[in-house]
Amino acid sequence: MDLGEINPVLLIASLMVAATPLLLAAIGELVVEKAGVLNLGVEGMMIVGAISGFSISVETGSPYLGFVAAAVGGAVLSLLFVLLTQVALANQVASGLALTLFGLGFSALMGQGYVGVKPPSMGEIHIPVISDIPVIGPILFQHDPILYVGIGLTAAVWATLKYTRVGLILRAVGENHDAAHALGYKVIKIRILAILFGGACAGLGGAYISLIRVPQWTEGMTAGVGWIALALVVFASWKPWRALLGAYLFGGITVLQLNLQAAGVAIPVEYLAMSPYIITILVLVILSADKSSAPASLGRIFHASH
Amino acid sequence: MTTPLLSLQGLTKAYPGVVANDQVSFDIGEGEVHALLGENGAGKSTLVKMIYGLVKPDSGTMTLRGQPFAPAEPRAARADGIAMVFQHFSLFDALNVAENIALGMENPPPMGDLASRIREVSETYGLPLDPYRTVGDLSAGERQRVEIIRCLLQDPKLLIMDEPTSVLTPQEVNILFETLNKLRSEGTSILYISHKLEEIRTLCDHATILRLGKNVGECVPSQTSARDMAELMVGSTLQTPERAGREFGEVALDVSGLSVPSPSEFGTALKNVHMTVRKGEVLGIGGVAGNGQDELLGVLSGEILTTADAIKFNGQPIGKLGPTARRKLGVLTAPEERLGHAAAPDMSLTENALLTGSVRESLENNGFLKWAETKNFAEKIIKAFDVRTPGPENAARSLSGGNLQKFVIGREVMQDPDVLVVNQPTWGVDAAAAAAIRQAILDLAAKGTAVVCISQDLDELMEISDSFAALNEGRLSAPRPTSGLTVDEIGLMMGGAHGMEVAHV
Repeated sequence: MDLGEINPVLLIASLMVAATPLLLAAIGELVVEKAGVLNLGVEGMMIVGAISGFSISVETGSPYLGFVAAAVGGAVLSLLFVLLTQVALANQVASGLALTLFGLGFSALMGQGYVGVKPPSMGEIHIPVISDIPVIGPILFQHDPILYVGIGLTAAVWATLKYTRVGLILRAVGENHDAAHALGYKVIKIRILAILFGGACAGLGGAYISLIRVPQWTEGMTAGVGWIALALVVFASWKPWRALLGAYLFGGITVLQLNLQAAGVAIPVEYLAMSPYIITILVLVILSADKSSAPASLGRIFHASH
Repeated sequence: MTTPLLSLQGLTKAYPGVVANDQVSFDIGEGEVHALLGENGAGKSTLVKMIYGLVKPDSGTMTLRGQPFAPAEPRAARADGIAMVFQHFSLFDALNVAENIALGMENPPPMGDLASRIREVSETYGLPLDPYRTVGDLSAGERQRVEIIRCLLQDPKLLIMDEPTSVLTPQEVNILFETLNKLRSEGTSILYISHKLEEIRTLCDHATILRLGKNVGECVPSQTSARDMAELMVGSTLQTPERAGREFGEVALDVSGLSVPSPSEFGTALKNVHMTVRKGEVLGIGGVAGNGQDELLGVLSGEILTTADAIKFNGQPIGKLGPTARRKLGVLTAPEERLGHAAAPDMSLTENALLTGSVRESLENNGFLKWAETKNFAEKIIKAFDVRTPGPENAARSLSGGNLQKFVIGREVMQDPDVLVVNQPTWGVDAAAAAAIRQAILDLAAKGTAVVCISQDLDELMEISDSFAALNEGRLSAPRPTSGLTVDEIGLMMGGAHGMEVAHV
């Protein structure tokens, strides 16, 4: 056992990478749930985003186009959820589960020709001087652009929900859709836009796994990150910064336990492997003790009656 | 003659199976308080929704100051100076007062400016409000202030108020009327919807009466007797329930020192509640909604458990018994919310009859259900209470509010309870059905049942109860005999004006 082999700077830098897919998916789902819709299809939208992004960046050679395609792919799949729940007024839980199953199968079909292919690399942002600062440089300023997009998106979602009229209307729709309708807001339209945003974010998160974190394509490679994102939104009490904290905590412990395994710590591997789930949930449960509750219309079907 | 502010001509709106409005025409003048009078289901709400742009008329036209007026959505109606205070508040519990108000405005100023304008307007009209409080924590009266101020901030030409006083104490009603008179003197027209005749006689300049979607007459309320208006509204003469003088027996239900926290986040905790009800007595419990009524019903039904001694039935402690055990003993309850609490909306009437009747009517045999007996029981209720439905196999949801209410009250009455607790037995029920339900409650009391009737309808409580107590912020006032109580005394028992003041300008 040699704990000295673990390099703290590399550890922190890689935990940010490990956390980003989770963060992107969770922020998207947070917006969807704030609008009062429960979309359990995050995992499906992520994996479809992963293969859409992967195939397009392999075909075009541009990882940037790949990420655009991933966002579009996730959003297009979420359109299916829109049709089921907002137009046909189907049950949201069942529709979300169906979306995940469909996404997993469909992505496997799409990805048949891409197993074993290596995607083009995105490269890291390198800003002269600040990227070269020892310790801080490698931790904060030597990452791929999408990682910063994730953090920027968290800030943007937080500010939008808290300070803007659009955010207020979105929260109002999620809180009491009948009252929002009575005041003349277009409940269905706002929800559709929120669902599409959530789909795009999940797609980005999926592509981050297939293009940057791993980077390669294998079937089912999102491996439950979408489900963790769903849980994260609840345990983060629907607050963007807490979702970021939770994602980084989860990513951090995942990376740390891998390092510990490599260093040969005398703890059974099974305990190490379960530790990210347990610790993240524990911390967020303690944090969410302040009784902030779910959007009151969450998961309820809205039908504009007379 | 001057042009009226708003003129309606031949408005018609039909829904599948029912014509909600049939050729309704009337005018609202500038600075006039116009009453729209009618029973539940007469089409008042549909009519105002058309004016507010929530519903499009099938035919007919509206003109606003001589110009054609056809709002496609509430936003357009608001832009033309029409504002509405809803009957079931259109507020968002988790948001604060300022956010709620901003949502109802077209171009709200930044939050800081809005907050100071809310303070200013609310002080001017004697409706003090803190813009940063969460709406879920406000009382019903305060919530209504939020809605009214939301309207006032937009300088409305026409203010629509849908049953505004149903949630207010008499003192709060007086203050509301001062505010409305003040608005009238500033030239704002008000369309005032209600079925409370005395209020309309005090406040309104003109009244239009709707019955079954048709305009059946107009009158000047101050020159028309309440009885004449009621008969126009109902279309026939009304029977008032009869009560026979009777002796009370021993104490059947004894609640002492009862304190419980509320199970819901925005609920009211009950604080040190004492009351006794004797056999044959009807205890009326008044109070503005949200002051602990739901919690009191929950405690008496057994949905909320307490210490064993806090509630006694014939001397036996039952505070720790659940609903089924209490039913077995003879303590039955009928909650307020028909769909979802008193009845399961998508289950048939037979199934709903089984849900509370299985214990006392022995509709169960070692866990197996006796469907034939249950169906008979449901049919008995339908017959005895004149529930209008094709048969007991219909879903509870398919019944109109009044019919379902007759069914859920009838279901408890038919089980011969020793104690019956009802919450809002005639809420949203037309006058004929309400009279039938009240009569059933009185007949039950005459047979020796102790009845607790929780209601926000003071007239109802005065009509049926022998003694009266009021809930205010979870505390119950000492019960007093109903005869001889004045409206002022009742208002004070209900907590007075809750800090409201008369308009300052």
